[in-house]
Amino acid sequence: MNEIVNVIIFILIILGAFLNLVAAFGVIRLPDVYTRNHAASKATTLGISAILLATFLYYYLEVGHFNARILLAIVFLFLTSPVSGHLINRAAYYSGVPLWEKSVRDELKTEKKQQL
Amino acid sequence: MLETIVSIALLMIAIAMAMLIYRVIKGPTTPDRVIALDALGINLVAIVALTSILLKTSAFLDIILLIAILAFIGTVAFSKYLEKGVIIENERNR
Repeated sequence: MNEIVNVIIFILIILGAFLNLVAAFGVIRLPDVYTRNHAASKATTLGISAILLATFLYYYLEVGHFNARILLAIVFLFLTSPVSGHLINRAAYYSGVPLWEKSVRDELKTEKKQQL
Repeated sequence: MLETIVSIALLMIAIAMAMLIYRVIKGPTTPDRVIALDALGINLVAIVALTSILLKTSAFLDIILLIAILAFIGTVAFSKYLEKGVIIENERNR
C-alpha cells in the first residue's frame, strides 16, 4: 500500500515538472505571442495541478494531515490560469501585436470588417 | 528515494525558469514578457510545493495560494493597462 502511494506520488511529481519544462520550451521556440500563450497557459496549468495533487497526496497519506488549502489552490489555479491567458491574449490583439507571418486565417479581423 | 525524485523535479523546474527568464529579457513585445512572468509565478508555486515536501514541513502551504492569487491579479492589471491605458477607470457616465 505504502509503495503504491509512493509510486503514484513520484509519477505525479515527474509528470508535473516535465509539463512545466515543456511549457518553457514552447515559450522559447514558438514564433509569435499567441502560440507562446497557447503553450504556456495550458501546459503550465496541467503541470502545476499534477505537482499540487502530489503534494496533497503526500501530506494526506504519508503524514496523515488533510490540507484543504492545496485543494483550494488547485481549484483556483484551474479557474484563473486560462482566464489570465485569455485576457493577455486579447490585450495583445487589441494593442496591435502582429500575428506570425505564416498564419493563414484571422477570423476576428474579418468579423470586425463585416460589422463596419 | 523521495528526496532524489523531488531534487530531479526541482532541477527541471529551475531549467524551465531560466528559459522563461530568457524570454522575459529578450521578448520582442510587452505581452510576451507578461506571459513569461505569469508562467514564472506558476513555476514558483511548484518550487514552493516541492520544497515543502523536501523539508517535510507544512508551514509553507499558505504561500502557494498567496502566490497564485498575486500572479492572477498582476496579470489582469497588466492586460487591462495594455488594452485600455488605465487600470482603474474613474469616469462615472460614459
